Amino acid sequence: MRIYAAAVYLFLYIPIGIIALFSFSAGRNASEFAGFSLKWYGIALHNPFVVEALRTSFTVAASSAILAAVFGTMAALALQGMTGRIKVLFDALIYIAVMIPGIVIGISTLIAIVTVFGWLNPLIAAVWPWDGPAPQLAMGLGSLIAAHTLFNMALVIIIVRARIAGMDRSFTEASADLYATPFGTFRQITLPLILPGILAGFLLSFTFSFDDFIIAFFVAGANTTLPIYVFSSIRRGVTPEINAIGTMVLTLSLILLVTAQGFLQRKRKG
Amino acid sequence: MHSTAYPQAPASDQNPIAEFRAASKHYGEVVAADAISLSIMPGEFLSFLGPSGCGKTTALRMLAGFEAPTSGEMLLDGVRVNDLPPHKRPVNMVFQHYALFPHMNVADNISYGLRQQRPKPAAAFVAQKVAETLERVRLPGFDTRRIWEMSGGQQQRVALARALINQPKILLLDEPMAALDRKLRREMQIELQSLQRALGITFVLVTHDQEEALSMSDRICIMRAGRIVQIGAPRDLYDAPNSRYVADFVGKSNFFEGTLSSVSGLMGAVDLPTGPGRGRLGQDVAVGRKVSLSVRPEQIYLSPTGGAFAVQVRNRIFLGEHTEYLVNNPSLGDFLVLVSRQTEATLGAFDPGQDAFADWTPEAALILNND
Repeated sequence: MRIYAAAVYLFLYIPIGIIALFSFSAGRNASEFAGFSLKWYGIALHNPFVVEALRTSFTVAASSAILAAVFGTMAALALQGMTGRIKVLFDALIYIAVMIPGIVIGISTLIAIVTVFGWLNPLIAAVWPWDGPAPQLAMGLGSLIAAHTLFNMALVIIIVRARIAGMDRSFTEASADLYATPFGTFRQITLPLILPGILAGFLLSFTFSFDDFIIAFFVAGANTTLPIYVFSSIRRGVTPEINAIGTMVLTLSLILLVTAQGFLQRKRKG
Repeated sequence: MHSTAYPQAPASDQNPIAEFRAASKHYGEVVAADAISLSIMPGEFLSFLGPSGCGKTTALRMLAGFEAPTSGEMLLDGVRVNDLPPHKRPVNMVFQHYALFPHMNVADNISYGLRQQRPKPAAAFVAQKVAETLERVRLPGFDTRRIWEMSGGQQQRVALARALINQPKILLLDEPMAALDRKLRREMQIELQSLQRALGITFVLVTHDQEEALSMSDRICIMRAGRIVQIGAPRDLYDAPNSRYVADFVGKSNFFEGTLSSVSGLMGAVDLPTGPGRGRLGQDVAVGRKVSLSVRPEQIYLSPTGGAFAVQVRNRIFLGEHTEYLVNNPSLGDFLVLVSRQTEATLGAFDPGQDAFADWTPEAALILNND
């Protein structure tokens, strides 16, 4: 049994380990280790396409994670106050949203956005009061952020709801009993107590968005995120530069995931 | 202190500080409180006593503002407050599990109520009040402690301080001693009582512990299935329960069932299997009805030589200053007798299996309806 388990882990992690190892290779060939060097990291970070893709990825990840944290927390708090069938329905829909394959989300979001833009663009053109051509809504950063925010909201809702469920109702009652207004209770009691959940949700959302290829591939339009850049450059052959990018993405993701876990594990003492 | 939040009415010692007027609370089909009517007087220590699900917590939550009555009225200081939210009510609550805010230290917990006032009170004033209140609950210097660093008893004092610092019109206590061990509970009871006397604040306590209610309260309100069964001073409830339920819930009692055969004045006679048993009429009873003769264990004499009922001692429980005997009469069944240390000193102790005689005076027996 242990041998099987070890084998599973080996098959899972050895390729990742090899990528990380070869990113430090001095040679030109990605499958041959030729001395330790950081030169491919330098090359990657001086490649204007990589830097541009990295900037796009950061913008999208940060924007969608912030939006998802804000709206997801609001939705989680609202769901907490709900009862009956509507609550069950919403809960089910949220879990389904997380489990639907990325490719389905990607295609359906693409079709939905294209359809809506197809309706809106003539409308805008018709009511455009100034001279010159009316602006056209198109796929781009906005649609990518929107698609990621939708998925990330489900993540945040699940995490924050677990946090709220673990919170004793008597805390908010005690606060109200001590003359705090509903908003005062939210600011001084509810928010600080669920903050670790919100931060964890934010970090997981950031990681998901930063790493996502499938949804981004469909809705990013002309924009290139880092995963899309890696995918397109692999078609020209794997270089140690790709390994270096992969290792950097992996490191960042791991740091965020571990931090998020830290927030979730932090027990409320007392 | 709460003048901005709470509409003031002229208050005098004659007017109740809080009033339930046929207040009911329904949760769908469930009736948690059924037309409760009760006046709470300023400065009194009132307890709601009853088993779980009797409506005592619902009554307290209506006072605090966490529940609005489905029908009827809830008044504070003569003003209808049915829909006044908790944060606008001049009452404070000590929660069952204290509900101390885990992300704040002791001083921040205690000053929470003061810090909600607008305009904000000066920091120096808050600090001084916190120090005073900590002194009052005998936790001086605990300001910067974290909540989880303290014992259950200490946490309870902090919860008490957090409520008292606001000088509420009524302090609500929701089973505050349930999580403490017996000795600490006894200490806290004494302390709560002396605090109440010193501060003159109205205390309303919810408890299922009859000993706690009896020892601390000026008045006890006994509840059953959402209704008030009897209200009275502890001694009145103990000596003159108005129903078998109250006699059973407040203190221990033996119930001998039979038919009421005759009534004369305040006394009556019950046909017991052993013959007629006389007793005081405890409530409205009718001749010919099935009733119970209720006799407290300490009102029964046990004697090795003579008495109305021949009994055999079944079991003996040593309780310190008293000994509790379970005795059996072939016709009456098993019942309890409490014998004091002094009596045992003169008559000697009884051993299980020993034959003896039990008896009581008609004044010690109370005739109550079977319900």
